[in-house]
Amino acid sequence: MQARKKYVLLGLCMCCWLLLYYWGGLQERLLGLITHKRGEVARPWPSWLDRDLLPGYADQAELQNDGGSGDSPRQRRQSWAGIYKDSRCRMDTCFDFARCQGQSGFRVYIYPPEKGERVSESYHKILTSVVESRYYTSDPREACLFVLGIDTLDRDQLSTQFVPNVDERIRGYPLWNDGRNHVIFNLYSGTWPNYTEDLGFNVGQAILAKASLNTEHFRPGFDISIPLFSKEHPQKGGERGWLVRNTVPPRRKYLLMFKGKRYLTGIGSDTRNALHHIHNGKDIVSLTTCRHGKDWEKHKDTRCDHDNQEYERFDYQELLHNSTFCLVPRGRRLGSFRFLESLQAACIPVLLSNGWELPFSDVIQWNQAVIEGDERLLLQVPSTVRAVGIDRVLALRQRTQMLWEAYFSSVDKIVLTTLEIIKDRVYSHISRNKFMWNALPGGLLVLPEYSTHLAHYPFYYLNLGISPGQEFTAVIHATSPLVSQSQPIMKLLQVVSKSKYCSQIIILWNSEKPPPHRSKWPPMPVPLIITDGRRKGSIQTSSRFLPHAAIETEAVLSLDEDTVLLTSEIDFAFHVWRSFPERIVGYPPRSHFWDPVKKAWGYTSKWTNEYSIVLTGAAFYHRYYHHLFSHYLPSSLRALVDRTSNCEDILMNFLVSSVTNLPPIKVAQRKQYKEMPTLQGTKTAPWVNPEHFTQRQECVSTFASWFGYMPLVHSQFRLDPVLFKDHVSVLRKRYKDLERV
Amino acid sequence: MCASVKYGSRGPALIPRMKTKYRIYYITLFSVVLLGLIATGIYYITLFSVVLLGLIATGMFQFWPHSIESSAEWSLDRRSVHDAPLVRIPMSSPIPERGDLSCRMHTCFDVYRCGYNPKNKIKVYIYPLQRFVDEVGVPISSTGLSREYNDLLSAISDSDFYTDDVSRACLFIPSIDVLNQNSLRIRETAQALAMLPRWDKGMNHLLFNMLPGGPPDYNTALDVPRDRALLAGGGFSTWTYRQGYDVSIPVYSPLSVEVDLPERQPGPRRYFILSSQTAIHREYRVELERLKEENGEALLLLDKCSNLSQGLASVRKRCYKGQVYDYPQILQESSFCVVLRGARLGQATLSDVLQAGCVPVIMADSYILPFSEVLDWKRASVVIPEEKLPEMYTILKSIPHRQVEEMQRQARWFWEAYFSSMKAIGMTTLQIINDRIYPYAALTYEEWNNPPVVKWTSVNSPLFLPLIPPRSPGFTAVVLTYDRIESLFRVITEISKVPSLAKLLVVWNNQNKSPPEESLWPKVAVPLKVLRTKENKLSNRFFPFDEIETEAVLAIDDDIIMLTSDELQFGYEVWREFPDRLVGYPGRLHLWDHEMGKWKYESEWTNEVSMVLTGAAFYHKYFNYLYTYKMPGDIKNWVDAHMNCEDIAMNFLVANITGKAPIKVTPRKKFKCPECTAIDGLSLDQTHMVERSECINKFASVFATMPLKVVEHRADPVLYKDDFPEKLKSFPNIGSL
Repeated sequence: MQARKKYVLLGLCMCCWLLLYYWGGLQERLLGLITHKRGEVARPWPSWLDRDLLPGYADQAELQNDGGSGDSPRQRRQSWAGIYKDSRCRMDTCFDFARCQGQSGFRVYIYPPEKGERVSESYHKILTSVVESRYYTSDPREACLFVLGIDTLDRDQLSTQFVPNVDERIRGYPLWNDGRNHVIFNLYSGTWPNYTEDLGFNVGQAILAKASLNTEHFRPGFDISIPLFSKEHPQKGGERGWLVRNTVPPRRKYLLMFKGKRYLTGIGSDTRNALHHIHNGKDIVSLTTCRHGKDWEKHKDTRCDHDNQEYERFDYQELLHNSTFCLVPRGRRLGSFRFLESLQAACIPVLLSNGWELPFSDVIQWNQAVIEGDERLLLQVPSTVRAVGIDRVLALRQRTQMLWEAYFSSVDKIVLTTLEIIKDRVYSHISRNKFMWNALPGGLLVLPEYSTHLAHYPFYYLNLGISPGQEFTAVIHATSPLVSQSQPIMKLLQVVSKSKYCSQIIILWNSEKPPPHRSKWPPMPVPLIITDGRRKGSIQTSSRFLPHAAIETEAVLSLDEDTVLLTSEIDFAFHVWRSFPERIVGYPPRSHFWDPVKKAWGYTSKWTNEYSIVLTGAAFYHRYYHHLFSHYLPSSLRALVDRTSNCEDILMNFLVSSVTNLPPIKVAQRKQYKEMPTLQGTKTAPWVNPEHFTQRQECVSTFASWFGYMPLVHSQFRLDPVLFKDHVSVLRKRYKDLERV
Repeated sequence: MCASVKYGSRGPALIPRMKTKYRIYYITLFSVVLLGLIATGIYYITLFSVVLLGLIATGMFQFWPHSIESSAEWSLDRRSVHDAPLVRIPMSSPIPERGDLSCRMHTCFDVYRCGYNPKNKIKVYIYPLQRFVDEVGVPISSTGLSREYNDLLSAISDSDFYTDDVSRACLFIPSIDVLNQNSLRIRETAQALAMLPRWDKGMNHLLFNMLPGGPPDYNTALDVPRDRALLAGGGFSTWTYRQGYDVSIPVYSPLSVEVDLPERQPGPRRYFILSSQTAIHREYRVELERLKEENGEALLLLDKCSNLSQGLASVRKRCYKGQVYDYPQILQESSFCVVLRGARLGQATLSDVLQAGCVPVIMADSYILPFSEVLDWKRASVVIPEEKLPEMYTILKSIPHRQVEEMQRQARWFWEAYFSSMKAIGMTTLQIINDRIYPYAALTYEEWNNPPVVKWTSVNSPLFLPLIPPRSPGFTAVVLTYDRIESLFRVITEISKVPSLAKLLVVWNNQNKSPPEESLWPKVAVPLKVLRTKENKLSNRFFPFDEIETEAVLAIDDDIIMLTSDELQFGYEVWREFPDRLVGYPGRLHLWDHEMGKWKYESEWTNEVSMVLTGAAFYHKYFNYLYTYKMPGDIKNWVDAHMNCEDIAMNFLVANITGKAPIKVTPRKKFKCPECTAIDGLSLDQTHMVERSECINKFASVFATMPLKVVEHRADPVLYKDDFPEKLKSFPNIGSL
């Protein structure tokens, strides 16, 4: 018994031991996993005992004295020009800055068209944009930049638009100078089958403004990548983006879509041939067709029939409207029409185009508006876009619209952006920073000559976390000679100067008579400045919006000499303006409307339920708009204003609304801001003249055609003081005077 | 290959060995005891307990050795760099090719190694330290591992980027220090690189170099042949920098750890322009001196001190006409500081200048500024072409004062965030590469460039695009109700008259009582839906119900029966012009109580408004989403617990994210239903008002700021109170009830 027991026990022990061993083995593995994990958090780079004894990477004296080399910097710079040419061009070496330092500044010259020269529609639009821009000059001597008259957009030898013998022709131009200071626009380069970057002529030292640029060929800081646009792309104005509201949740019917050709062979076919892999027929629709070109059936593969069939089931426009993300894969070339299409459609582009230098990549932060995919990782695209949160979808989508409207919606904008980028490089210390290019309202509406300081612009207060200044400058437009001390302007001066926010008053003298002596004006508690707005003695109505250097405050109160306002009205309007510094805030409302009979825009001064214009006879706005008015608008419009002595206020409203996309703001009840003319008056006010009104009708149409669209927007409310006409004691009301108007 | 000799057999490899040792020891002990016991013939119960004890002991022992091991690991950790294994490079060892200038991420970088990663973070592996020597035993570098490179590597290994698993790594960092090319033997260093086990033509390898090139012609990129390796270099010119592939990094200034320069308030300084570099080329110095002659005191032109002996002292001193100045402290006395190129483009001075909060005036043609891929240098520096040095003074004078102050602040912030330590430089470099690999998760311009103070005060509204949405989709009215059925039905009947109403949602917050039968509800022309909630919580009214299909939401209490249809329609029209704001009827104000030193809630007739009550307000559905999922701190729970202040919370939320004030519409009226008594109507209670003041203080502390904006205006129809035929007015019936 004893012995048996012993054996049993021994056997048990053995079993236990075996169990233990295995258990232990398992433990070991588990532990291995645990410690392995620990290994990641632990410090794998040792903290050396002799860390403090380690030598510095460089001696301090060495860091401070590396100037040793004896070369003359001037010589070095000169020698660069010889070394870094052609494919290694940079502004420093291939651009003649001296040409841009003249009196006239940044000017662009276009070679005159040669006899019998055929220019494609798109190139014609580009040239028109340059001619109509404020940088155009017809004198090559004052030009800083040159644009060829030869159409270089389509350099595909198989294309009908292809222009032969460009090389010989440009070499014959006396101004060519190996392409220095030239900009060459191009949309299509290379030809079947490789579609290289070759333009078929030597661009030399010219700046390429080219679509589908490859990062490897792109000369950074020199070339400019432009988007591929179709020949239907509008000259100016352009369609608005399609986003009209921000729905929440922001997802649309389809998550991701693509509908397009697939190349069976040749360059770019790999990406497009793979696209069907992500198609699931439900929220991801990725459709390709083999049907294009003449001999597609020759290369046809097994998928073609099925794909072609599926392709017909969906409508491209429907998909574009109803998809959250849109695939933008490379075509034969890197860029495709889809890019602009989806940008406009607020369908967030998902790029599959490795090595594409994105349009205006110098200045635009594309990762805030598109998803940059990788052709190699196509299968990750669905999970990537699915993981994009709703905040980001909202942000990306709005940004597509912002960029579309700021830089891409018309040929004008594309060309102007190209020119502005070059100009920023030429005058690099007076240029826009990245923030200006990427924030609303976009870089084209920011003129760095005004200021390079963000806080000087009306649009960035919120982004900078600051608010506009507490003071304003009143600018009074005086057109009639000073005859008596009871003139309306005298009363107005008293009223304005009483405002505690008024820091200075500027009288803009625009009368036939010379400005009266300072002593003729009453004494003022604030500085009074008289500025002569006339040019060569003649009245310049547009001069009321000249960027007078004397204006020291951000806010400008623009007044006519006969404006009737109360001090408290001024104060209240100023308060409102500080909440809306990018808009015009004022009293006299007007409206525009579409006249279906005349098929033209109309203008009305009648009292209506809505308004789209606030006249600048009694309005606040930011002083930057003076600068925009005088430098951004074409001289033709300002000439119209001067010729008719009319419409300057309408033009200002057009300008501000085109910047903000918003209506102006009418404050409080006053609509009539001038005394009705008395019959005995020696000189009737111009606005009583019926012709004056017809002119204004015409102005609205003229302005709309220059802008290419109607920027004015209607509003249905006005802003009153909080307790306006409420049934409460007048003593409680801060703006009680307003109720007596 | 001898390179595979590893001292680093720490980690998993070490564990089995140690364990076996302990196990043998343990087995012997255990067996001896067991055998002894059996031999003495003790009863089997005792034996069993012994076995059990043994089992437990074994189990425990399994764990013990590890603590012993990790402490062993720790002691291993504290070693000298001289203990690193020696690797001899054979003479004939292959040399990598020179860097390929056409390399880009999509051609020379293997993304498959990085893979799809929910965290969107690349994994970085660091090679263990080795000491490379050539065949005769001469090291490849005169300094070996430098302090800076060691700091860089340990910072990376401490970061989230780090992995010790070679097979999972996306980016590899050699431990071969190439920060300063001067201390390297080029050919041997290149051979050493090629010997790295995962080198694979340099694919996905990252090298850090701050001082490239050597005399006499000083190349602008590291001369060590490196195949396809990425280069984080500190002196790239536009011709050597592979845009989108290389990373331009600063030249680290060791002075920044030696000297503590406290941040100075931006503002005008004693000098306008300061030049502190000692090794400026003669030609530049002549031009600078000419500028000094023209502009006198505004310029300070410093140079080496001739009378001081060489060494540390001379590094920290500068002189002008015998007068001695402390460097870098003197930099803080100037608004602008000149940073001219030397033999190299990258200058350590740039770091000193930024640290001093002095705006750098960079004159180094073709230089790729540090981290220029993400940093907007135009906001922190002035870049002037070398040729224009004579015009420097005029150019700088034309910059507005306020902008100079902004630039000073920005310069200092750049230094703090991106220049101040090797860690900052390393992390920034990795983040830039990370942003390229996961572009959809990249940091934004604002995140890179806005200093904390701006980030704190500025707003980036989620609904930033100026849109006036079309009228047609209308709005969804969300009525919160508990049991006031009669009043609720009146509200529903009133609202249903509003032309733009698209849908009515009744949020039934009473769990004890069912809503009335369908037949009893008022007949309305739009869809009406009752949503029963699980709990009686105020935040239910702000839930982003799927049933809300319009952008515009009208939140309305079940006792708001005094709003006319014109007023509601007008409110909707105003909301369309302000879709990113709260547009409501009763306005309220917050005030600072100077006596109590805290915020106070004000519902009296005031001239100002900073809140609108959500008892009747239009707003964007997005804010429902924000309220429900993104409300900071414990505000949401607090509101539900106190059954109060949900409207104040909403006002805080919207004002905080948009930076804009709400819009009060139409004249003031008594917002109290005639039927309800003072006890019934929640908002009349005195304690209720005290509580609402408390809410404001509580929320202000959670938001750590007072986001509410005070305005003096309200919105009325254009022709409100005008002497104009009523029937021609769009909204005639305003303020009548």
